[in-house]
Amino acid sequence: MSVAQRVLDTSFVRRNDGVRSFAVATWLGWQIESNWADPFLFAIYSIVRPISSALILVVMYSVITGAAFQQPIFPYIYLGNALYMLVGQIITGVSWAIIDDREHYRMAKHLYTAPINGYAYLFGRGVARIIIGAISVVITIAFGVFAFKLPVVLSGIDWGLLLVSLAFGIVALAALGLLIGAWTMTMARHFWSVGEALSAGMYLFAGAIFPLDVLPAWLRWIGYLFPVTYWLELSRRALLGQAALGFQTFSAWSNASLLGVLVGFTVVLTLGSIRFYRWALNRAKDEGMLDMETGY
Amino acid sequence: MVAGESLIGRTERVEKASGLRLFWYAMWARAYPRIIGATRERSWLFFETLLPVLAVAGYVFIYRAIQAPPEYTGFAVLGGAMTAFWLNILWSMASQLYWDKDAGNLELYVVSPAPMMAILLGMALGGLTMTATRAITILVVCSVLFGVTYQVVSPLLLIAVFVVTMAALYGMGMLFASIFLVAGREAWHLSNLLQEPIYLASGFYFPVKALGFGVATAASIIPLTLGMDAMRQLIFAGGPALGFLSVPLEVGILAALSVIFIGAAGFALARLEVVGRREGRIIERRR
Repeated sequence: MSVAQRVLDTSFVRRNDGVRSFAVATWLGWQIESNWADPFLFAIYSIVRPISSALILVVMYSVITGAAFQQPIFPYIYLGNALYMLVGQIITGVSWAIIDDREHYRMAKHLYTAPINGYAYLFGRGVARIIIGAISVVITIAFGVFAFKLPVVLSGIDWGLLLVSLAFGIVALAALGLLIGAWTMTMARHFWSVGEALSAGMYLFAGAIFPLDVLPAWLRWIGYLFPVTYWLELSRRALLGQAALGFQTFSAWSNASLLGVLVGFTVVLTLGSIRFYRWALNRAKDEGMLDMETGY
Repeated sequence: MVAGESLIGRTERVEKASGLRLFWYAMWARAYPRIIGATRERSWLFFETLLPVLAVAGYVFIYRAIQAPPEYTGFAVLGGAMTAFWLNILWSMASQLYWDKDAGNLELYVVSPAPMMAILLGMALGGLTMTATRAITILVVCSVLFGVTYQVVSPLLLIAVFVVTMAALYGMGMLFASIFLVAGREAWHLSNLLQEPIYLASGFYFPVKALGFGVATAASIIPLTLGMDAMRQLIFAGGPALGFLSVPLEVGILAALSVIFIGAAGFALARLEVVGRREGRIIERRR
């Protein structure tokens, strides 16, 4: 019996709608994301994309600076890009689950007539993407340390800050993903673009690959509206220590202030996503869109 | 109608096209929804130009953060505009027959008298027209936003470069369409896999010469590698110094690639029909 089956068969999971829906959806999501290829091909797929994405920035940087990887801006760019892979996966993951179920596998009506907790189900479907995103982040950072002497040392990492900020960051991002996913249920067109638009917008405005100071002053404030901005800053500080403090955007902010804002975002987004999901589900039923196949 | 006259007897005879005329009509019939679709539903303008503009803006601000010379902003803008063509090749050419199978259209193509090569050419023509509109929009918006200046050396040569690049690129797309159909469910992941690695290898955001002779030569199998390199040499003041090969040589290679890819697409398509019929893959939607 597989580990997944054992977990799904425990009485705690079987008795609780939310936990069962979450666990089954996590298993289902992982199967969908990973079983299209043999493990070797899947491993290549999981490595090539993130490394290529990082290398684009590395080559751009090298062409201009003559490979001055010891400058503080390099780890800023490299780590921001690596960590952001998780953001893209989480934000778009949930809305893709809606699109897949409705348009591709055509099983939305079966899902919503089954005794599941829809919110927990969608969250679970997003978890597979989180796992894949996390693998990409680790591989990319390890590659950076090995190939470009990225100043990340295991003994120097502030693990407490890293894990706490990661936990709140993931929940905040998942809530954002659920907001987008719930909205997707009520859309007939452009549904695949919404998550990507938000993800691309945050990539630009959240200081992922360049300090916010580089943006024109009239655009800079947008970055403060996203939880990702604070999560990225906290993660950089946890991974790089003092080397992360060289950029003026958040130089006056303490770790506690950044974490406080991130926690605030997490609470607001989680509560907001639960309410919005209920509203969107009712609207999708009302408009007959829950199982609509648009072929768009 | 006179009493007793048969309706069937009154039906006008439909003139059936055959040969080259059938090929021509089938090609335009497949191109039609792509060309007309772009004007019927204009909401694509928001999403399909906003996303690339955001991506280009990201690369432009990185160059600014590391104080790159201004021509690199132009390089990133041109690369960003050309991503529209590559994405069109991956998602609307390579994966298209797979989508068509999923939607039930592929079996209709195969049982109709229309040549499949005409369907593929129509897809390419429609996709090229639709994507050129998007790419021009991205180019104009980004050029205005980031103050990019162009210095076109030879407009005729530039047009020639664009034409041969597109011929080779869409020939490659037609070839991919057959290959990806055989790949089945993996087509989706193959398309995903061919995004960032190709952006890197083809030098979408930096001069491909920076990758070294070996990598740049290998990457030249992707028509956009040489196409973009030639275009950069022809439209930016600092372009020629950063070029990989001379423009005439790049045009020659691209012309050869066009012939090879379109020929290979015809061969692969014929092979696909045989394999598809034998293994039932043309109507089988589970893989």
